Amino acid sequence: MTFKQMFTSSVGKKLVMAFTGIFLVLFLVVHAGLNACIWAMDGGVMFNKAAHFMGSFVVPRILEIGLFLGIFLHIIQGYMLTLENRSKRKVGYEVNYAKGSKWYSRSMAILGTILLMFFIIHWKHFWIPSRITGVAEMDLGNGFVVHNLYGVMQDTFQNVWVVLFYVISCISLSYHLAHGFQSAFKTIGVHNKRYHTMITSIGYGFAIIIPLAFALMPISFYLHWVK
Amino acid sequence: MSQNTMNLKVKVWRQKNANAQGAFVTYDVAGISDEMSFLEMMDILNEKLITEGGDPVAFDHDCREGICGMCSMYINGKPHGPWQANTTCQLHMRAFKDGETIVIEPWRANSFPIVKDLTVDRSAFDRIIQAGGYISVNTGNAVDGNSLPIEKQNADDAFAAAMCIGCGACVAACKNSSAMLFLSAKVSHLALLPQGAPERKSRVLNMVAQMDKEGFGSCTNTGACEATCPKEISIANIARLNKEYLGASLSAE
Repeated sequence: MTFKQMFTSSVGKKLVMAFTGIFLVLFLVVHAGLNACIWAMDGGVMFNKAAHFMGSFVVPRILEIGLFLGIFLHIIQGYMLTLENRSKRKVGYEVNYAKGSKWYSRSMAILGTILLMFFIIHWKHFWIPSRITGVAEMDLGNGFVVHNLYGVMQDTFQNVWVVLFYVISCISLSYHLAHGFQSAFKTIGVHNKRYHTMITSIGYGFAIIIPLAFALMPISFYLHWVK
Repeated sequence: MSQNTMNLKVKVWRQKNANAQGAFVTYDVAGISDEMSFLEMMDILNEKLITEGGDPVAFDHDCREGICGMCSMYINGKPHGPWQANTTCQLHMRAFKDGETIVIEPWRANSFPIVKDLTVDRSAFDRIIQAGGYISVNTGNAVDGNSLPIEKQNADDAFAAAMCIGCGACVAACKNSSAMLFLSAKVSHLALLPQGAPERKSRVLNMVAQMDKEGFGSCTNTGACEATCPKEISIANIARLNKEYLGASLSAE
């Protein structure tokens, strides 16, 4: 049996979704943790330093390549699986079965599409200016000059529509995680009831806390909770 | 005890054969007792159709005791009808109200092609079983059952998985037409018992390969299968199957 056969079987395709999904879950923790520096109430000094570290140090830059690979693999495999699974029932039902499964479990592709649209806009807001087109700088003294990404956030989140879009995306992320977190662990084989119950609970907690932290960031800037 | 009678409309999928164009036809059925089984109501409808010179509705049924897995109707949007942990043959007419329209559809999945009306070809399941859902036993005298000690919990879990009657309701309910609950029940049943150990790895690999060949979809853990299963097969079996598959595929040559 080759690895190709393994990862292209119906179970193997799920494994790809699960492994990349868990990797992206870990990324969310790092991203939310670093961004939480905006609440240091120091005019963005700590946040800009953290962002500078992530942008200039070699380890996060290498991990970033892995991150992009993980995201694209998750997106492409997700769409391919959705299309393939839909093609398995050519004639649909007159009366559709809805009970027995959660709406968000059945809507992972739609939630994921909202997240993809979010990523494109989010990259355009922050990643592209920071990496390619350039942003204003902040002088921290002693010749230590960093990108003022805090200032970019401040400007970006003055637009109520942008804030609203970010909040809606966070809600989508929440539901995507509510299913995805526990489903990923089922896919890699956690069938023990004790552990599965624990993972499901952690998953719901994670699906609330992380998106809530992210949603509070644009809201904090818009309502001037941080200056 | 007095029994109530009711008059119903039954909207049934009619299709002459696998290649014909199918359509819904609505029939009136009168004087149905609430003590009748669902299939008895279907029998009455068919008697009426035969008397009128029409073509009776084809549907699968055999034991009518809820154990053979032949009956397979998708009733009002749910495989085997509205009751929990129940097969179509064990569904009774007291589940419905007088004047109600009951919509009956066949299992819908490319891997279950329609033979006629509500009868679908589920031989894909047989071929999955043939790919490894058995143990190879040498001929000779049966060994004493107690010569192989089995932990109680494993025996119970294996038995719960072996309850699967292979009706295909899991495929019918799944938005992906995935056969994973069926397959996971069959794999778990044998993986939990010492008799299944020698062929444990080849079994899961061959059965998954056959399932994919039959054209079923991938599982996305929505849980619709578990909720509709007449034998309440747990979705935990799917996680166990995933573990079996991951282990077997990583260690295979």
